[in-house]
Amino acid sequence: MVTINLSINGKSTKLEVSDGTTPLLWVLRDTLGLVGTKYGCGRGLCGSCTVHMNGIAMRSCQLPISALEGQSITTIEGLASEEGELSPIQEIWVEEDVPQCGYCQAGQIMTASALLKTNPNPDDDAIDAAMAGNLCRCGTYKRIRKAIHKAAEKGVKSS
Amino acid sequence: MKENTSTPTDLPLRPDIDLPEVVVNAMREDQQIRIVNLSLDRRKFIKLSGLATGGLMLAFGTITPRNADASENSGSEAHLGSNNVFDPNGYLQIAPDGSIVIVAINPEIGQGIKTALPMVVAEELDVKWENVKVVQSEIDAEKYGRQFAGGSQSTPRHFDRHRTAGAAARAMLISAAASHWGVAPESCSTSEGVIVHRESNRSISYADICLAAAKLPVPEKVPFKDKKDYKILGKWKPGVDNHSIVTGAPLFGYDQTLPGMRYAMYVKCPATGGVATKANIDALKAAPGIEDAFILPAKGEDHQLLSGVAIIGNSTWNVMKAANQLQVTWDRSGAGKDSWTELVSRAEKSFQSGDKVIHSAGIFAEAKAKADKVLESTYQYNFIAHATMEPMNCTAHYHDGIMELWAPSQTPQAAGDEVAAVTSVAKENVKYHQLRIGGGFGRRLINDYLCEAAAIAEKVDYPIKLVWTREQDMAHDFFRVGGFSKFTGTLDAAGNITGWKDHFITFNPAGTPDKTVRGGGSNTSVFPIPMVANVELQETRYDLRIPCGWWRAPGSCTRAWVINSFMHELSTAGGKDFKKLLIDMMGKTRWFEQGNWRALHTGRAKDVIELAAEKGNWGAPLAKGRGRGMAYYFCHLGYFAEVVEVTVDASNKLTLDKVVVAGDVGPIINRSGAEAQIEGSVIDGYSAMIGQSITFADGVVKQSNFHDYPILRMAHQPKIEIHMIESDFRPTGLGEPALPPLAPAVCNAIFEACGKRIRKLPLTAEGFNV
Repeated sequence: MVTINLSINGKSTKLEVSDGTTPLLWVLRDTLGLVGTKYGCGRGLCGSCTVHMNGIAMRSCQLPISALEGQSITTIEGLASEEGELSPIQEIWVEEDVPQCGYCQAGQIMTASALLKTNPNPDDDAIDAAMAGNLCRCGTYKRIRKAIHKAAEKGVKSS
Repeated sequence: MKENTSTPTDLPLRPDIDLPEVVVNAMREDQQIRIVNLSLDRRKFIKLSGLATGGLMLAFGTITPRNADASENSGSEAHLGSNNVFDPNGYLQIAPDGSIVIVAINPEIGQGIKTALPMVVAEELDVKWENVKVVQSEIDAEKYGRQFAGGSQSTPRHFDRHRTAGAAARAMLISAAASHWGVAPESCSTSEGVIVHRESNRSISYADICLAAAKLPVPEKVPFKDKKDYKILGKWKPGVDNHSIVTGAPLFGYDQTLPGMRYAMYVKCPATGGVATKANIDALKAAPGIEDAFILPAKGEDHQLLSGVAIIGNSTWNVMKAANQLQVTWDRSGAGKDSWTELVSRAEKSFQSGDKVIHSAGIFAEAKAKADKVLESTYQYNFIAHATMEPMNCTAHYHDGIMELWAPSQTPQAAGDEVAAVTSVAKENVKYHQLRIGGGFGRRLINDYLCEAAAIAEKVDYPIKLVWTREQDMAHDFFRVGGFSKFTGTLDAAGNITGWKDHFITFNPAGTPDKTVRGGGSNTSVFPIPMVANVELQETRYDLRIPCGWWRAPGSCTRAWVINSFMHELSTAGGKDFKKLLIDMMGKTRWFEQGNWRALHTGRAKDVIELAAEKGNWGAPLAKGRGRGMAYYFCHLGYFAEVVEVTVDASNKLTLDKVVVAGDVGPIINRSGAEAQIEGSVIDGYSAMIGQSITFADGVVKQSNFHDYPILRMAHQPKIEIHMIESDFRPTGLGEPALPPLAPAVCNAIFEACGKRIRKLPLTAEGFNV
């Protein structure tokens, strides 16, 4: 049994895990019931399981829980405020009607929001490069790109 | 355009090939519905829908979300409940507290139907869309008719029914208000949830009158809104599940949890039909977190339960780890042994020998003898996978003699029969709950994973969630079938096509030569076949055990490519502009089979071809290394022409610069959803043609995950321009028809850019890269 202390969506969390190699993805989904983070490939190829570790987009299927002692994890469930108010990027995702099936979108949003933290006004090339690891089988790329631009505009205006 | 521009003809034109059974059955029922007029009256509707589905549900019931908080999320379904609301027909409910609930009856796979059809109800009901709460309905054939997501059928099949549901409710609310005021119903009007009597300047909300309305009879005849008064239809409306999606709320099959639920994996032989004879069950049971493991024998057909090893444990990770330790002996004596390379070389031999003629018109040999030019070309396209982002999964709980399932199936009404075929549970004891689907594309028309989950759940006394890994999903897909076509075309001196011969090589399920595999049928009446004087179609079939299924626009997704490619070859050889060739061959404006909305209307076809040409700058010069291509196709009741521009550099690096789409599916229901489906179809069509290929040897699929089965990434998306005609024909679906023209338009453009004719897909096999 391994004990891990980490922060998940701003809450200090103590986890007792029988197998330290368990990927964060399955701890989130099966242990903590945070099913917004999706399983798509299990090999870091599709980006559906993207979360933030200390603000950086990471593939949770590739992060063994034992390596996360003291780390700060944010999942899709942690983007909105505690009162349920959507973050600007979530709001724009809804307005622009980005999702089709929607399965990959949590990962897309997590990668996009991490990008905007480091590059508040990305051009198409920067967006394409940052989002290259996130597959969308339905082909919502045009709207994802547009939503990121719109979020950047909004962020620039509000700051 | 009006529908009466057509001339009746007895020549049927069947554009769709080999559709899913559920779609074919629905179409048979729909033979009774030959209506294109948007002002269809209710009496006729009742009569027709009575024939089609057993009629509108006219009894009073109540839609009650299982609980308010969960109602947007997975597992919430509308079902009958209390009587303190207005629920005239099972499609909508208005409560005295002002809440308005509209049900979504069909599975949502990303095609947007959970938003689109409720919009139709809301429009005729005349309420503010923002005030409507949409919930997934229960699966109930008596109440809702056939519920499935396939064949782009939801919109054409359900538009009238949903309009009627909304309009009837509105009429009842007006009657109740009129009677309350003692005025004539005709003197009342409605505006976004309020009934108004102008003469007396009185108004009352739907909420305040709804219980009185609930006591009234459902009207015999109701008027529909005039299109010009639409406030919801044709507008841009974001999907009703968007909030749940962007907040990560439980919604999809894979997200389902139940108290006491365990996780299960089911490992099958890599070759279809291999039988598990021995496995290290004791070792598996001793693995951490594993509670049970057992072998299941095959039951039913290949699309039901194949033999395998079930592993059940307390977490997904633990069952995945245990599955890696599995040691199993497969008896492969009855398993598939197909090899793609063998099939390719076999096809070469079959093309040399020829085969039986399945359709002919005129005398092809004479056309060939008289021809100014004769052209011969062989095309080959590969197998591909569905690769939905959400792998297959199903949660099942066998309790009290009931098999309860929570799943992302496109054909929920088939669950009863499928489960009954593989368990001891009777069909009527199967209770299915519809969850949102993380991508369908036709994969989930087949319910193999439901069968597996039910067969496992029957053996244990707790709920299980069957999860597939990506690798299992890739290995055990029901693939889009590959195929081969050898064309011979003849031209007169003016470049007109005088003869068309196609030797098509396809497949039948091993041992059943009388039927083709799913999506692999011949089409003897697709454009341009009926327009050519001399036709000869041959067909060869090989046995195949690799499971095949319906993949987005089945049949059409490959026929469109070979037909448009070869027609472009003929237009080039004959020196005739490709667009002019298409338009000339369509001939005069007419409708193959008057009033049959499944038959080709040449006027609509010509209109989309002309529109694509105009918007796509057809004929304008392009720089060296660039090329423009066009393709047209009609399927799933939708007319699409696409003009694309590509750049090909010296190293065969391909860039798809721009795609101009012109389409006609009648009026648009949800502008956002409609454009999303077209954008998605373009991306999907391009993604599939570049480098996706499923190959197999000794019956085993070689690809396993996204590293060897590439999905298009963001940087490679083309610029997409959409132009819709929005004719007055009945509205039809958009899940599929925009996809087929993309691949041939790109290949025709590649030829124009660099002179290389693509006769094999995927493009990477022809030396191209992106």
